[in-house]
Amino acid sequence: MMDGSFDDALTGEQKIRNFNINFGPQHPAAHGVLRLVLELDGEIVERCDPHIGLLHRGTEKLMESRTYLQNLPYFDRLDYVAPMNQEHAWCLAIEKLTGTVVPRRASLIRVLYSEIGRILNHLLNVTTQALDVGALTPPLWGFEQREQLMVFYERACGARLHAAYFRPGGVHQDLPPALLDDIEAWAQQFPKVLDDIDGLLTENRIFKQRNADIGIVTEDDILKWGYSGVMVRGSGFAWDLRRSQPYECYDEFDFRIPVGKNGDCYDRYLCRMAEMRESTSIILQAIAKLREPAGKTDVLARGKITPPKRGEMKTSMEALIHHFKLYTEGFHVPAGEVYACVEAPKGEFGVYLVADGTNKPYRAKIRAPGFLHLQSMDYIAKGHQLADVSAIIGTMDVVFGEIDR
Amino acid sequence: MSEALQELAAHIAFKQPEAVLSSHVAFGELTLEVAGGQLESLVEFLRTDSACRFNTLVDITAVDHPDRAERFDVVYHFLSMYQNHRIRLKLAVGEEDMVPSLVEIHPSANWFEREVFDMFGILFSGHPDLRRILTDYGFRGFPLRKDFPTTGYTEVRYDEAQKRVVYEPVKLVQEYRQFDFMSPWEGAEYILPGDEKKA
Repeated sequence: MMDGSFDDALTGEQKIRNFNINFGPQHPAAHGVLRLVLELDGEIVERCDPHIGLLHRGTEKLMESRTYLQNLPYFDRLDYVAPMNQEHAWCLAIEKLTGTVVPRRASLIRVLYSEIGRILNHLLNVTTQALDVGALTPPLWGFEQREQLMVFYERACGARLHAAYFRPGGVHQDLPPALLDDIEAWAQQFPKVLDDIDGLLTENRIFKQRNADIGIVTEDDILKWGYSGVMVRGSGFAWDLRRSQPYECYDEFDFRIPVGKNGDCYDRYLCRMAEMRESTSIILQAIAKLREPAGKTDVLARGKITPPKRGEMKTSMEALIHHFKLYTEGFHVPAGEVYACVEAPKGEFGVYLVADGTNKPYRAKIRAPGFLHLQSMDYIAKGHQLADVSAIIGTMDVVFGEIDR
Repeated sequence: MSEALQELAAHIAFKQPEAVLSSHVAFGELTLEVAGGQLESLVEFLRTDSACRFNTLVDITAVDHPDRAERFDVVYHFLSMYQNHRIRLKLAVGEEDMVPSLVEIHPSANWFEREVFDMFGILFSGHPDLRRILTDYGFRGFPLRKDFPTTGYTEVRYDEAQKRVVYEPVKLVQEYRQFDFMSPWEGAEYILPGDEKKA
């Protein structure tokens, strides 16, 4: 369309304006409810303004009027692709403030399920990112495996997604031996599936053309934009909280930290694939440790912040009162402030908890890795083609549950 | 762990005496109380000093204490991937105060400051684009302030007659349930309908 009058000195061709388009909030490659306002010069992105908050539920405000235990399920709803990893940060924060020591078996189960969560996340991310750049088969193969992992979630806690399984002081229920056998059997066949997905994507010409040299992240960018997780490791930085600031019992596990070289979308894809293999090996190690006699302890640190055993409740009046008080009033956390973080599949997921000595958090701030990654969208996407935007969103691994909170 | 943090705190307090009001280590975390005017120079120092190297901004948030004269605490978390340590800065500000923006030093502060503005109404001076971020277009009020009700003031619904989404004042069938657990004698602050004592 021409604007202005014809007596202008410029020819019609020179009067082409930049074009503004809305990307989302209903776009399938937006990975949720992301609205991007893109300014395009031809097919080149000149400016990118992400509008977030379409999935804002006021989690942090709601948490201020609920007890610590009632707040736990909110964490499942943040990054709903790997729910237990988020619960983990919340439990760590409470345990840090109350000085609770988690029994060994609970700690091992947490590691086991955190790694299952990591595979859940990476499977979804790698395969749907491939979908965004034009490959349909990988998600179909990946989701079959995800479905099996969800069954393991369900068998541990009764829910496929919203687990509420990690509790302050341990995990809710012990795992039956048959479940451990099945997870082990799954972990033994999984590398074969990864090989198949590898074969589909890694040397695929189209996949490489769409990902290599796209969205390059340098060391300087990492610091400037506060990246974490694969966004850091894809650029050759071996930064992983599981290794550098070990929590739970990650320090006794043997795993490698895959790093990329060029920091582009393709390297991040390779990192995620390698991380899935490492996670599978951690799962197998955790199962072996769970079967050792030392790993057969209770799964909850029995005390004020955890419920009594079912059997005790039936015979002891004090246990019954404790149970009732715990699930109505909840436990009181001593006043203080604490920041606890875990290496979630997407990066550093943290909780800043301010307690005032009551049974409810005074303030809880959720620090989501995707928030920072998406923030740099304007910086990363500038100068790329419109079609690369979906590849970049995919590689940033954004989920709006945690970004909008 | 905490000894190293004590040393670090002493080092920062020695180099930036007018910026650091106090410091303490709790739960293996170092917290510095910062003087308002010195925030930018302190953050720049933390970023460049070879013993600190807090290059990564992890988080900016705020905590509301309505009963205090300086109502808000703006809380900054930094991480050094090189030295592998963390630090927390706290800055007390009043409702009318402006906080210097860190966007020039850490570009990642941009959205965090927008979020703090959105949720608490704290203004950041020098911020390039201080818009609301998480709340609805045209939202009014600052939700994470303690005097903002959890239910909010407006509710939305689709109006079949007008064929559009309409905003209305929030109507509650029942009062929002909040129990006082701190006192052993008091329960809820309100009386349920039907439970009123006969006058």
